[in-house]
Amino acid sequence: MRNPLNKVITEIKPSGIRKFFDIVAEMPEAISLGVGEPDFDTPWKVRDEAIYSLERGRTFYTSNSGLKELRVEISDFLERHYGLKYDPIKEMLMTVGGSEGIDVALRAMLDPGDEVLIPQPCYVSYDPCTILAGGVPVPINLKEENDFRLKPEELEAAITDKSKILIMPFPNNPTGAVMEREDLEPIVEIVKKHDLFVLTDEIYSELSYTGKDHVSIASFPGMKERTIYINGFSKSHAMTGWRLGYVCAPEIVIQQMTKIHQFAIMCAPTTSQYAAITAIRDCDEDVANMREEYNDRRRYLLNRFKQMNVKCFEPFGAFYIFPSIAEFGMTSEEFCTKLLKEKEVAVVPGTAFGDSGEGNVRISYAYSLENLKKAMDRIEEFINELRK
Amino acid sequence: MREKILNYIQHNSRIDLADLAMMLGTDKAAVMNELEKMENEHIICGYPTLINWDKTDVEKVSALIEVRVTPQRGMGFDKVAERIYNYPEVDAVYLISGSYDFMVSIEGHTLREVADFVSAKLSPLDSVLSTQTNFVLKKYKDHGIIMAEKNVDEREKVSL
Ligand SMILES: Cc1ncc(COP(=O)(O)O)c(C=O)c1O
Repeated sequence: MRNPLNKVITEIKPSGIRKFFDIVAEMPEAISLGVGEPDFDTPWKVRDEAIYSLERGRTFYTSNSGLKELRVEISDFLERHYGLKYDPIKEMLMTVGGSEGIDVALRAMLDPGDEVLIPQPCYVSYDPCTILAGGVPVPINLKEENDFRLKPEELEAAITDKSKILIMPFPNNPTGAVMEREDLEPIVEIVKKHDLFVLTDEIYSELSYTGKDHVSIASFPGMKERTIYINGFSKSHAMTGWRLGYVCAPEIVIQQMTKIHQFAIMCAPTTSQYAAITAIRDCDEDVANMREEYNDRRRYLLNRFKQMNVKCFEPFGAFYIFPSIAEFGMTSEEFCTKLLKEKEVAVVPGTAFGDSGEGNVRISYAYSLENLKKAMDRIEEFINELRK
Repeated sequence: MREKILNYIQHNSRIDLADLAMMLGTDKAAVMNELEKMENEHIICGYPTLINWDKTDVEKVSALIEVRVTPQRGMGFDKVAERIYNYPEVDAVYLISGSYDFMVSIEGHTLREVADFVSAKLSPLDSVLSTQTNFVLKKYKDHGIIMAEKNVDEREKVSL
């Protein structure tokens, strides 16, 4: 029989930490600080709206781009929150999570051999999606000493004639790093100088704890026309299972993306879209409450690590903290495996998010205080034993 | 800081104060100090526990009683309320807008006990015009807490 498989996909390596996942799967009793999704339920009024839309029999497809009413609300939201101005009809596409937006944008923009600059550690999909779209991923290894922010020198050093897209994964999963206005300014200059495009994944934009407003790279003068802006409802509104996100981009990009989306997906889930109208219109307070609670937990974890004398830079976004375990002379994966086996606590090796995650582990605080405390007590025991 | 402390202890008055301090970015002494002040100012009036009596062997009956009264000259409703809330059987008394004046929540061991309270103590009060007793059949949620079993975390153990 012939090989049924495509060469490109078979050559993409599965997650490097698969062994670790296998062990986690065998330990159902372990306490986990390992998930990348909110512990809150979706606000009730959003769920209620979904039920209502089903009761009303709104079980059809929407237009390929998504419900117009929803896109208009999102456009308002983006202006109200980040000062972004997008035409809801021509410059926006509703997608199946931010995930689809990332994939479709790369497919719509890359020609074979085009290079995509990917600051790492980062979310796991940019690299394989780039390869599947025929592009070449070029990692930029971010440094803990820079609080895992992208520095202009690092970007300059990675650019070649083939560079086409810079991914901007901030606020960042797994590090929790953010890029503030001063950090973005020099990046914007380089992007323009080298005629690059930016794919900015701002799925965590509502979860920023700097005390200042989140700044989008798309809001800088001259950047809207070179930016693909990805966002969604998963993290901000605790709606991961609803599979709903959106992309804002220049009209010519949206047109081609809509083609792929139309043929591959048809439209984003209808029930989710109706519910999301309520989420985007009426849930600012719910989101603020969740952010406040995440922020309290963030401070709790930071203080716990400080008391343990574990090196940990202060993350200002998302719901992760990324302490350094380099002092224990193990790889991240060894550390996590040992912690899991000896103390039954699951945290994620930094290397799951790129080579530059070596020496760190990702801890999610999308958990109740009770859970965090129990897990942190065990981590503390573990670390004390290692230091003996 | 006050509002945040109150928000946390409202839901869990047994929260570890050292943990709370870490979340608020302060120290335990400061939190304890603030609690004590709020107790003195009667902002914090007590730390009762929410109990689901249905799960115990103890019989409990509770009722919400709508009470219409004539306010007393010079004192308004407060004096009448005091006559009512001083009974130990009475759990809560609220002055209400709408078609009656007080909502009185009472708790007893048996239906009989509650009924006796209403007929022998509450109704005969001078200023009480009428009462309507509503027995609670089942408590679903109280003080923001759903009484049913705790739901478990159904998320996968690790997701990226
Ligand atoms: C940085 C980042 N981008 C995108 C996603 C995908 O989110 P969704 O497809 O649910 O919108 C995630 C999920 O973990 C993420 O962490």
